[in-house]
Amino acid sequence: MAELVQYLITGVGVGCAYALLGSGLVVIYRVTRVVNFAQGAVAVLAALTVTTLLAAGLPHGLAEGLGVLLAGAAGLLTGLVATGKPGTTPQAALIVTLGLGVLAYAVEILFWGDQPRSFPGLPGATAGVQTHYLLIASVTALVLAATAVLFARTDLGRALTATAEDPYAARIVGIDVARMGLLAFTVGGALGGLAGVLITPVQQVTFDSDVALVVNGFSAAILGNLTRPGLTLAGGLLLGVVQALAGGYWNTSYQTEVALIFMLVVLVVRAGRLSSVETA
Amino acid sequence: MIVEVRDLTVRYGAATALDGVTLSVAAGELVALIGPNGAGKSTLVNALCGIRRPASGRIDVRGRLALVPEGRHLFPSLSVDDNLRLGAWRRRERDTAHIYALLPELTPLRDRPAGRLSGGEQQMVALGRALMSRPDLLVIDEMSLGLAPKIVGSLVAHLRQRNAEDGLAVLLIEQNARLALELCTRAYVLEAGRVVAEGPAAALAGSPEIAAAYLGLEA
Ligand SMILES: Nc1ncnc2c1ncn2[C@@H]1O[C@H](COP(=O)(O)OP(=O)(O)O)[C@@H](O)[C@H]1O
Ligand SMILES: [Mg+2]
Repeated sequence: MAELVQYLITGVGVGCAYALLGSGLVVIYRVTRVVNFAQGAVAVLAALTVTTLLAAGLPHGLAEGLGVLLAGAAGLLTGLVATGKPGTTPQAALIVTLGLGVLAYAVEILFWGDQPRSFPGLPGATAGVQTHYLLIASVTALVLAATAVLFARTDLGRALTATAEDPYAARIVGIDVARMGLLAFTVGGALGGLAGVLITPVQQVTFDSDVALVVNGFSAAILGNLTRPGLTLAGGLLLGVVQALAGGYWNTSYQTEVALIFMLVVLVVRAGRLSSVETA
Repeated sequence: MIVEVRDLTVRYGAATALDGVTLSVAAGELVALIGPNGAGKSTLVNALCGIRRPASGRIDVRGRLALVPEGRHLFPSLSVDDNLRLGAWRRRERDTAHIYALLPELTPLRDRPAGRLSGGEQQMVALGRALMSRPDLLVIDEMSLGLAPKIVGSLVAHLRQRNAEDGLAVLLIEQNARLALELCTRAYVLEAGRVVAEGPAAALAGSPEIAAAYLGLEA
């Protein structure tokens, strides 16, 4: 029983990271129709940067904050490179983001080597749960709620939605569509960076941790058709929990695969249900 | 003049959509632009708004220009009120209250998603969204297309009122040439990218060629 609870807690923690990273993908996709596969690399970059900043003596909070800011800047740079040339198709931009992810490996190995790294999170336990997991869950809840408010309740959010729905109409009313796209890449990058920074104390990162992060974040986002933040959160948590259970009760080497196969089953079942509703 | 277009040529690749078009709209003027499908009317509109780059020629816009585009192009998932707010995206003042005063039809639709409205309701929202920028010139592309006569009537009434009370200038692109020539004081006829006739609306309506081609009357 205690085991199960621990697996669930671990799963939710990791799932929050997937949900944050996936929400970043959703923000970017909704506004630009580009799937940003460099999102995992941005998360790793932020995490590794924080290890260095903490080692240099920066206090907690500041170091993590700077890591997230850097991730936002990296997201912006990704957007500039991938979509900066007018007329770039979303497909071409996707390939560029993949390329940038590989380029990030070189940078990361150069600065941080290829060994796993970590840094301490919040110490101690609250009511039997490691406090850092509570931090992950509450920061995720707060940030995703703030993102939802940004989109639903502010004119900037409305302009982002407008750009996503009808770029031509957005231009007509004077919205700078290119700038909205870059803003989405920036926000998306920061969300990815936050995922990396939050998860690293409970799960070490290496330069190639981005694959698991982006694949899981992408699967979470796919559950919501890359456009629905709520379903992305649900998908991330589901993936994290299934993965933790598979790792705990069976074998840690296959936990990512098990989680992804599970997600595939969810998607197939859901697609079957949707199409049977449509044909009915 | 609010808008002066001189010798405007616009191409799509090798195809020439506008070929040396010259046109102007003065402050407070109601001007119609009629012509068959594919004549280049929407191309002219997009060039005026800076969305389509001309191959050559000049476009001078003095004052604020707002567009009600062909096909309305509302933001479907956003509410009517949010659509209106975005009409003033470039301004600091985004309060929508004055639009509901001008277009009372919109008041009951305020919180409905724009994508769920009827065509006529959508056209009214598109008009309100354009008015939110407090324009000097309103360009309306295919205002009456697909709409019931009653709705077209109220749209026309709103335009007359804005023109009379605020001096709003209008460039009206219309399939329904009779309606356009009745509402406007001056008109241009565009065919295959060229202006083939222009002048006072009454004179054009009285010309046998125009009557035969656009008003469904025998020459
Ligand atoms: N985006 C486009 N790409 C290529 N050709 C276009 C495009 N838009 C319009 N055209 C062509 O330009 C010509 C003028 O079109 P348009 O301005 O839409 O005419 P109208 O609004 O008078 O019906 C037509 O021959 C049309 O096929
Ligand atoms: Mg047209």
